[in-house]
Amino acid sequence: MEGWRTNRRVFWTFFTPPTAWLVLFFLAPLALVWGFSFGEKRGLVEIAINGTLENYVRALDPLYLRIFAKSFWFAALTTLICLAVGFPVAIAITFAPSRWKPILLLLTILPFWTNLLIRTYALIAVLRTRGYVNFTAEWVWEKTNAALGWVGLGDLQLVGERFEPFQMLYNNTAVVFGLVYVHLPFMVLPLYAALDRLDRSYLEASLDLGAGQIRTFASVVVPLALPGIVSGVIITFIPALGSFLTPDLLGGTDSQMIANVIERQFKSANDWPFGAALSFILMYVTFFALALRAVTSRGRSAMEAA
Amino acid sequence: MNRTMRKRLSRRSLLAGAGAAAAGLTIVPRLGWSAEEAKLNFYNWDTYIGETTLDDFKAASGIEVKMDLFADNDELFAKLKEGNPGYDVIVPTNDYVERMITAGMLEPLDHSKIPNIANITPVFRDAAFDPGRRHSLPYMWGTIGIGYRKSRVSATPDSWKHLYESDEYSGRIAMLGDGSTIVGIGLKYLGYSYNETDPARIKEVEELVIRQKPHIKAFAEDNGQDLLISGEVDLTMEWNGDILQVMAEDDDIGYSVPKEGGLLWEDTLAIPKGAPHPENAHRFIDFILDAEVGAAIADFIYYATPNEAAKQHLSAEYLDNPAIFPPPSVVEISETDKYLGEEHQRLIDETWTRIQAG
Repeated sequence: MEGWRTNRRVFWTFFTPPTAWLVLFFLAPLALVWGFSFGEKRGLVEIAINGTLENYVRALDPLYLRIFAKSFWFAALTTLICLAVGFPVAIAITFAPSRWKPILLLLTILPFWTNLLIRTYALIAVLRTRGYVNFTAEWVWEKTNAALGWVGLGDLQLVGERFEPFQMLYNNTAVVFGLVYVHLPFMVLPLYAALDRLDRSYLEASLDLGAGQIRTFASVVVPLALPGIVSGVIITFIPALGSFLTPDLLGGTDSQMIANVIERQFKSANDWPFGAALSFILMYVTFFALALRAVTSRGRSAMEAA
Repeated sequence: MNRTMRKRLSRRSLLAGAGAAAAGLTIVPRLGWSAEEAKLNFYNWDTYIGETTLDDFKAASGIEVKMDLFADNDELFAKLKEGNPGYDVIVPTNDYVERMITAGMLEPLDHSKIPNIANITPVFRDAAFDPGRRHSLPYMWGTIGIGYRKSRVSATPDSWKHLYESDEYSGRIAMLGDGSTIVGIGLKYLGYSYNETDPARIKEVEELVIRQKPHIKAFAEDNGQDLLISGEVDLTMEWNGDILQVMAEDDDIGYSVPKEGGLLWEDTLAIPKGAPHPENAHRFIDFILDAEVGAAIADFIYYATPNEAAKQHLSAEYLDNPAIFPPPSVVEISETDKYLGEEHQRLIDETWTRIQAG
């Protein structure tokens, strides 16, 4: 057993299946789609890969660039809100009594047990004109109105003549809200992982040495949690950027994101080469983000080593 | 194509769903038969045949029908593209009939073996997508129109104007989230053909819809009927089958095909190339086109039948339902959509992208 590192047969036995799997089911299809992005449609089903850059040039049309920009903006806003909401949640879980932690973590990942489509429809049922938020608001309105009437202020109609339901769905706010709702666990988990490893004595030292809570948070907690923040930002931003279901179902007439355009190229528009080019532009951005992450973490370990 | 979006959920579909999953797994033997055995492989949509039709056919002819189910035309097309796995009769929608004819995937029909063609409503005896009906015969048909909440409209919405160029129902309108349908119906509203290819006219529709956008609440992703029944919108452009579903739940919902005409879809019976039992297939198609058989199917699945002779066996409730049979004057000026080539497809997709970005 000692010699497994040097025994070639053992090495290949363990190395081959996962590598073959990766090549066959991940790299090969991906390479094919990458090839399509340099291809041209010939008729209904045929694609000739001839090295053309036409698809990428077409993707740089202002029409598509604007949609890219809008998608980046939606994804960035989503990530920012997830970070702002997720950080306190992660801190709360970190400092919760240890017997509560597994339950809180379970609650965080619980949404993943339900399909995204179902969760989105549930959100629709909550937010729509005749949804639960508006039912509650209407109930509050009725009670307030009745109370005002009871104290003799009914004629002033302080809360309006009749209840006007909130229009919460089918606009860009609804899309960002939906994206935050879906992606929040992606942010909380890496943040929690980073914060949980954090040595509490640093916080005590900081507080003992006269730094306030805010200073301690900004100068000690955040820098130490930075790897978690970076991971959280990346794994929130990337899927948010590629969302198409949320804008489809919650969006209004101008909520289309780039992934909606991509989806159409593979379906109704039947233009795989262009769809492939658009997807790979997103993929290049993703690679760039991951490379950035690698560079920052290398800088960090170099710093720690010094 | 837009047709893939159409939902086939009828009130009975939930029951049949499980059966469909099981049926999909069965492998049809790929065998050629010189003397035809008493079997037939039928490839159909879910919940899209009469309750006892297949048993009745067996009783009448001794031929045993095995039915597999497909969910949309893309699935049907994909399954047959690589060679017929053994199906004798299929039910493609009009635009796919056109594609399959072009690709040489359909067997020509021998009309002399189908005397019940005489039962078909004259309008359906010929078709632009299949001249002379050499490859397909009509099975069921329907429309795209306006589903609306009766108590919230001033009058029956009888023009596409209410959706395309009016602020009367501002913020209470949903449109189908499908580029070719939005453009096609827009062309109809402007008095052109649904299948118009002139880029200038398509541009006109684009500008029209962009101007109307502030009044449109959503481009519904195949769920306009849900938006309608939940009170989110009061008017929605939808397939008649989807509106029929919610009409069954809510009396306040109506359906109308506007006077400018709309989109007509037609599901057909066809024999794919390489069918192992072509004789039986002809007999089966003839059987379905029989007046009483056609009536029993229509009464059960509640779509419009193109079988004129079947109508005498059908209830007034079915025949007078505007969501099943729109007025004949409207049907006459409605069109089926045609496959207009990849260039056109791209133009439509770019138009649709611009509409949503505009």
